[in-house]
Amino acid sequence: MTYPQPFRSVGAMMQEGLDDGPDFLSEEDRGPRAVNVDLQTDATLQVDISDALSERDKVKFTVHTKSSLPNFKQNEFSVVRQHEEFIWLHDSFVENEEYAGYIIPPAPPRPDFDASREKLQKLGEGEGSMTKEEFTKMKQELEAEYLAIFKKTVAMHEVFLCRVAAHPVLRKDLNFHVFLEYGQDLSVRGKNKKEKLEDFFKNVVKSADGVLVAGVKDVDDFFEHEKTFLLEYHTRVKDASAKSDRMIRSHKNAADDINRIASTLYTLGTQDGTELCKFFLKVSELFEKTRKIEARVAADEDLKLADLLKYYLRESQAAKDLLYRRSRALVDYENANKALDKARAKNRDVLQAETSQQICCNKFDKISESAKQELIDFKTRRVSAFRKNLVELAELELKHAKGNLQLLQSCLGVLKGNT
Amino acid sequence: CNKMIITIYTSHIYKSIKTCHMHFKILARTPLILPSLLLQTSLSVFRLQDFSVKRRFSDFLGLHSKLASKYLHIGCIVPPAPRRALWVRVKVGKEDQSSNEFVEKRRCALERYLMRTVKHPVLLKDPDLLQFLESPELARAVSTQALSGAGLMRMMNKAADAVNKMTIRMNESDTWFEEKQQHFENLDLQLRKLHGSIESLVCHRKELSLNTCQFARSAAMLGNSEDHTALSRALSQLAEVEEKMEALHNEQANQDFSLLSELVGDYVRLLSAIKAVFEHRVKTWQKWQDTQILLQKKREAEAKLQITNKPDKLQQAKDEIKELELKVSQGERDFEQISKTIRKEVTRFEKERVKDFKETIVKYLETLLHSQQQMIKYWEAFLPEAKAIS
Repeated sequence: MTYPQPFRSVGAMMQEGLDDGPDFLSEEDRGPRAVNVDLQTDATLQVDISDALSERDKVKFTVHTKSSLPNFKQNEFSVVRQHEEFIWLHDSFVENEEYAGYIIPPAPPRPDFDASREKLQKLGEGEGSMTKEEFTKMKQELEAEYLAIFKKTVAMHEVFLCRVAAHPVLRKDLNFHVFLEYGQDLSVRGKNKKEKLEDFFKNVVKSADGVLVAGVKDVDDFFEHEKTFLLEYHTRVKDASAKSDRMIRSHKNAADDINRIASTLYTLGTQDGTELCKFFLKVSELFEKTRKIEARVAADEDLKLADLLKYYLRESQAAKDLLYRRSRALVDYENANKALDKARAKNRDVLQAETSQQICCNKFDKISESAKQELIDFKTRRVSAFRKNLVELAELELKHAKGNLQLLQSCLGVLKGNT
Repeated sequence: CNKMIITIYTSHIYKSIKTCHMHFKILARTPLILPSLLLQTSLSVFRLQDFSVKRRFSDFLGLHSKLASKYLHIGCIVPPAPRRALWVRVKVGKEDQSSNEFVEKRRCALERYLMRTVKHPVLLKDPDLLQFLESPELARAVSTQALSGAGLMRMMNKAADAVNKMTIRMNESDTWFEEKQQHFENLDLQLRKLHGSIESLVCHRKELSLNTCQFARSAAMLGNSEDHTALSRALSQLAEVEEKMEALHNEQANQDFSLLSELVGDYVRLLSAIKAVFEHRVKTWQKWQDTQILLQKKREAEAKLQITNKPDKLQQAKDEIKELELKVSQGERDFEQISKTIRKEVTRFEKERVKDFKETIVKYLETLLHSQQQMIKYWEAFLPEAKAIS
């Protein structure tokens, strides 16, 4: 089995109506897929991912822009981008000193189909050991899973772009415009080993510093509170994200078992010579349907809960990074002050020290001002996203439980009526 | 028809500080006194309609081995006893959850076993069974290791192998037996498969329960650290819902096990007993055939002796032939009897099977229904909390 071949694009699949079972394209998923952020879509700049193509080891996203801004040559245009180019854009924001005072929208995670591919591979190898129906069924299941992961990665890349487009300052960034408009490949090679190592050490230094900086009490109450809050929140959301993943995986496993039970009951139903044959067939049919609902429950919990937590894990990290940058600026400012005092005492290079101190002061003030607004916006976004997702989660859980209940009631009605 | 109902209770008995024995109290209720019981038993006459005795697990195994040795070879499907667990965790005096669960599983299994046994019209008349149900003291079953359910299965499988190795294949004149054997083989295959999937489901649902519990705790912690008041409260409520879900999943896993898994497991074991019974029929036929062959040989020998002048040997040969002729008729009767018994047994078994599966699966579906109703309650209570954020 040579799976996966160039996987047909999401657009094409949507048209084919490939989802015969669980409806992955529920109402919430259509339109701007900004699942975890409540963004005001602005007519002056609208960005979305209109299509995506999965090839052997990469995914190609079609980034579609609609804009009335004068900077662009056209009002509507599309380009094809890969994951590395998104990362390049994100990193360019992080490295830009001008943006030190903003929460940089977190980079989308790398598309990871490895697990799904492995499963498809195993299925291919085990083809001989199961019946044709079972094989077809499992293949459909895995294809649906692959499609779900695919849609998720598209959504996460899209959310990143939408966040940038919604940000009053970042949306004007030149690299962003190049990303959106430049028709050719950005030739952004992935980081080589040396650069990856540098990154690693940068992170080590940052976390060591982070510990240092976290220990220093801030004079500003607002920031002191935010620091304490974010440090704890980040840890907790990380834990909740991991635990929700585990819970959802168990749910999927249980649904798979019910699938197998349904198959065996079906076989029993076709084989049995007694009145049990009709009975088994009816129960098998019931389990088939409830299994689909259980799989849908797991998928919805994944979208509304697990993804939400994962996203805010990344956002809270980005917020922490902002606080860290501000702390660094504060330390620089304090050092500049000390240098100025020293210079004054020695009466040497005073002007230089004064200018340096002034620059540091301005930088710190600028960061503090924008950081305050950013953190307030972060809270607003977070509360709104949680509200939306928790409400939708509850509504979906109710919908599915009621669906299950109805199936069970009608089946029991038939089974009891016949005896 | 008899409608004896068996209920089993558990009680611990402490013999010493180190040894703790599990006793099972059997309460047997009969709606009417069966006259056949009064006739058969040489023990005390049943005056009561309820009688209760205390038994150990090994006593049940002993009962089964006695019944199996008496009735399997004449074609009765003797219900198999519950298996001895590979590990037995009995903590002295400890009331921890896992050993309680173990005891409960065993209790249920013994109850089902005994109910099946007393439902059998032939077995119910057996004096050993009656003694087991009625006698306050019971001779301790000797070396129950060898008599354990697994041990007996091994013996039966050995017999099956011996049958397979026989050089003369049985000429099956009766297609009914062939069909039924095939049917039971197919059924066995599917039930084993089903059993495997159900066990996997039980395992995964228990896992789900555990993971839901951990998530609930994590969500509560997240709620605590959230500084927006309404969101914080909603997260705590979410944690509470998930705690309730954890309990639901755990309960459902228990039902998956006690209703579905045990039902299918019981029938997999019953099918082994059926297989053994079919094999005994083949053995009976074989014995009859062998006796016929021996008779033939003796007749040929007698014919040879007719020519020689050995009147003593001739008489001996004639006597042996007479004996063998009787044996051959007996062999034929035995074969016809076991075939007749098996037909009756299988018919009864199939009827019971239909009833068992229907009743148990309906019961199981009702537990699923109840689960969903509870889920709806919990999420309906949560929804306004989520909407109340901000």
